[in-house]
Amino acid sequence: MIKVEHLVKQFGEFTAVDDVSFEVAAGEIFAFLGPNGAGKTTTIKMLTTLLKPTSGAIEIDGLDAAKQSNETRKRFGIVFQDPSLDQELTAEENMDLHGVLYHVPRKLRHERTQMLLELFELWERRNDYVKTFSGGMKRRLEIARGFLHTPKILFLDEPTLGLDPQSRNQLWTHVKNLNKTEGVTVFLTTHYMDEAERVADRIAIIDHGKIAAEGSPDELKAQTETDSLEAAFLKLTGSTIRDERADASDQMRQMARMWRK
Amino acid sequence: MNAIYILWLRELKRYMRSRAMIVASLGQPLLYLLVLGFGLGPVFQRAGNGSYIQFVAPGVIGMSVLFTSVFSGIGLLWDRQFGFLKETLVAPVPRVTVMIGKTLGGATVATIQGLIVLIICLLAGFRPITWLAIPLAILFMILTAVVFAGLGVAIGSRLQDIQGMQLIMNFVVLPIYFLSGALFPLHGLPSVLSFITRIDPLSYGIDALRLLLIGTSEFTLVVSLVVLCGTALLFVGLGSYSFSKIQL
Repeated sequence: MIKVEHLVKQFGEFTAVDDVSFEVAAGEIFAFLGPNGAGKTTTIKMLTTLLKPTSGAIEIDGLDAAKQSNETRKRFGIVFQDPSLDQELTAEENMDLHGVLYHVPRKLRHERTQMLLELFELWERRNDYVKTFSGGMKRRLEIARGFLHTPKILFLDEPTLGLDPQSRNQLWTHVKNLNKTEGVTVFLTTHYMDEAERVADRIAIIDHGKIAAEGSPDELKAQTETDSLEAAFLKLTGSTIRDERADASDQMRQMARMWRK
Repeated sequence: MNAIYILWLRELKRYMRSRAMIVASLGQPLLYLLVLGFGLGPVFQRAGNGSYIQFVAPGVIGMSVLFTSVFSGIGLLWDRQFGFLKETLVAPVPRVTVMIGKTLGGATVATIQGLIVLIICLLAGFRPITWLAIPLAILFMILTAVVFAGLGVAIGSRLQDIQGMQLIMNFVVLPIYFLSGALFPLHGLPSVLSFITRIDPLSYGIDALRLLLIGTSEFTLVVSLVVLCGTALLFVGLGSYSFSKIQL
């Protein structure tokens, strides 16, 4: 379903993704793990046509993602790591806008919006502006919106960041259910090893832009001779804390927060 | 079509809900109308050019349309920084559709803003020579708005951070406004200035408004129409191209 060959992304002198290759089979749940700044989000951006690779090939459901980007976009849905809601619209308006952009018929759009907002306990707040929501509620809405259409492939970029355990549980149960009943292929990134171990069929660990290891959770533990996925992860990527440079979006958010004060 | 409609509607909803922004954006045109209109009025009259309020009102309406439409396009920068742009860029619709929805939304908002300024001008004492010309004047406001919303999107697609906005304001938007004949008549200018005013698309928008509302002009209505339509096509094309090249 997803085939990546010798993928490279350079920003000037810096190589964010360095000759990465992997495949994800149809119906598989694939976790892409790595420390901060390892190249996970850059890879997802290239897979979802937001960023052009410097070199290498990406095939999504048999389509060349670089050359057939419009067709490719019809095949997947995504929950971003960063906020992507319109804060000036209500929860329901955000869902509706997404549904129209993803060609979900009106009746189905309304039915699924109600089902998902109820599932993520936002139905009562559907007519409130997103800017009045707490961080956790925004995150839940972001996830609910990502599930509005049923794509062939679902990209989840650190979807549980900022969620409480109840919401996390709700999310993974829904993802597993979608995977089982609709055969949706899932490509996810997370910093929570227990989540990856719980839901993923296969895991790739990326560090410094390169794939360090790949396999099922048990295979990774066996490869690294460790007894937990977290220990395997630390053995493969080291225990040094990684810093990420604030990008323009982070700077803008900091500025907006200052203005609000 | 649905995608264009929903993105157009988004722009309109955001505008209607931001009352503070509506009021703030009226500040500058009001200042120009009242301070220049009443301040320079006597000088303008003594020079034998009639009422300055009558002369400057179409220029102030044009200013409002220009600023609102350009900044609505540049609003892409906010969408980029606060994440919503990602939502539209990964949607399975051609990027040109997203760009057109955004441009039409911005142009609609700018036209509404122009109409509000027209009403304020009427309250300040401005009187059009005929009320029948108002619908045609609105058409020219729409055309002008499309031209500059397209330009705004073209610029907004390339801007990466907020610092660039000041640069655009000082080196693109203000020169377009001041060199458009909004504040002074276009005839009898030094040749270099005269040439520059003639390559400024806003000159044609304001001149058409002036012809329709007060009956004086430098260009014929057909010339203004052709130039504005041509520039609209050029800037919307440029905006579409720039938008299609966005990478996040």
